Amino acid sequence: MSPTPLDILLQFALLSILAVGGANALSPEMHRLLVDSLHWMDDQTFSQLYALAQAAPGPNILSASVLGMHLGGFMGMLAATVGILGPAACIAFAVGGAIDRLKNAWWIKPAQAGLVPVALGLMLASGYILGDAAFTFWAAPLITVAMAVFVWRSNRNPLWMLLAGGIVGMIFAR
Amino acid sequence: MTERHVPTTGELFLAFLQIGGLAFGGAVAFARSVLVDQRKWLTEREYAELLGLGQVLPGPNVGNFAVIYGRQCRGLMGSVAAMGGFILLPLFIVLGLVALWMEYGQNPWLDAFMKGVAAAAAGLAVGSALKSLSKLTLPVEQLVAVGVICLLAAWARVPLGWIILFCTPVTLALSLYRGWKKRKAA
Repeated sequence: MSPTPLDILLQFALLSILAVGGANALSPEMHRLLVDSLHWMDDQTFSQLYALAQAAPGPNILSASVLGMHLGGFMGMLAATVGILGPAACIAFAVGGAIDRLKNAWWIKPAQAGLVPVALGLMLASGYILGDAAFTFWAAPLITVAMAVFVWRSNRNPLWMLLAGGIVGMIFAR
Repeated sequence: MTERHVPTTGELFLAFLQIGGLAFGGAVAFARSVLVDQRKWLTEREYAELLGLGQVLPGPNVGNFAVIYGRQCRGLMGSVAAMGGFILLPLFIVLGLVALWMEYGQNPWLDAFMKGVAAAAAGLAVGSALKSLSKLTLPVEQLVAVGVICLLAAWARVPLGWIILFCTPVTLALSLYRGWKKRKAA
């Protein structure tokens, strides 16, 4: 019933290649595979572990590490992390090399410039989606606007404003 | 432009350690803050281009960014240093959180704190995008593309994979057309 580290490694490596758009795009597929198809964990456990991983800093894709730890302890965590990051990192490395070789081609600069709208459009959208989920108390939109202006207008480390947001949350969201 | 500093593997590791460890609510904005505003290793444009590349490839956006930028700076070891630094702290923190959660379950203070952080993280993403937009002066068709992509992802909730699959060729074609015209004119 409980999968070996090798099983975990292979399943997450497969997911890695599908993870276009990062972990949030991946979560439905991860759920389908681990809960519905392989029956490695139940629905509620998946949701709780996934939400917990979202609360931590860093890439959301580390939810895979959390799921791996639940499935197979330390070795399971290691297998899931290597599996979910490995193939994608290899692809990125190869693409980085290809770009380096092609850097004198006339079309490489415009091609790279063509990726900018994707980057910025998705970043704006992620702000909207995060806000949509976060507006659970009346002060939340104020925190969001204050943070947006702060980041836009100053070069200071945004961490302080995140902490301030958390403290305001402790006052008003309880 | 003055001579640019190419970070060493150690500097790459530390910078991405900082990005990963701080990156509550998305590493994208913190990568911008650390690499463009604080260390000035990348220009606004280079950052946005690398990020776009990181987003259209499978895997974590900033993870791909770290691998490619690390390679540009210091080859394979640069990639390993940047990626390793990026995931090290988050991995420990997330596993610590799981252990705590299994032990103590939900705490209302922590819960309220995280709600505040989540609201601030939304503002962080919006503010970073606005900052990049206001500094880059994109051509008008690319500005329209930013708006369309944002609406598709945020309002219509089209899955990111589909957006990347269908919108990237369009923005690429527009940009290549512009580059081709400029080349012909030159």
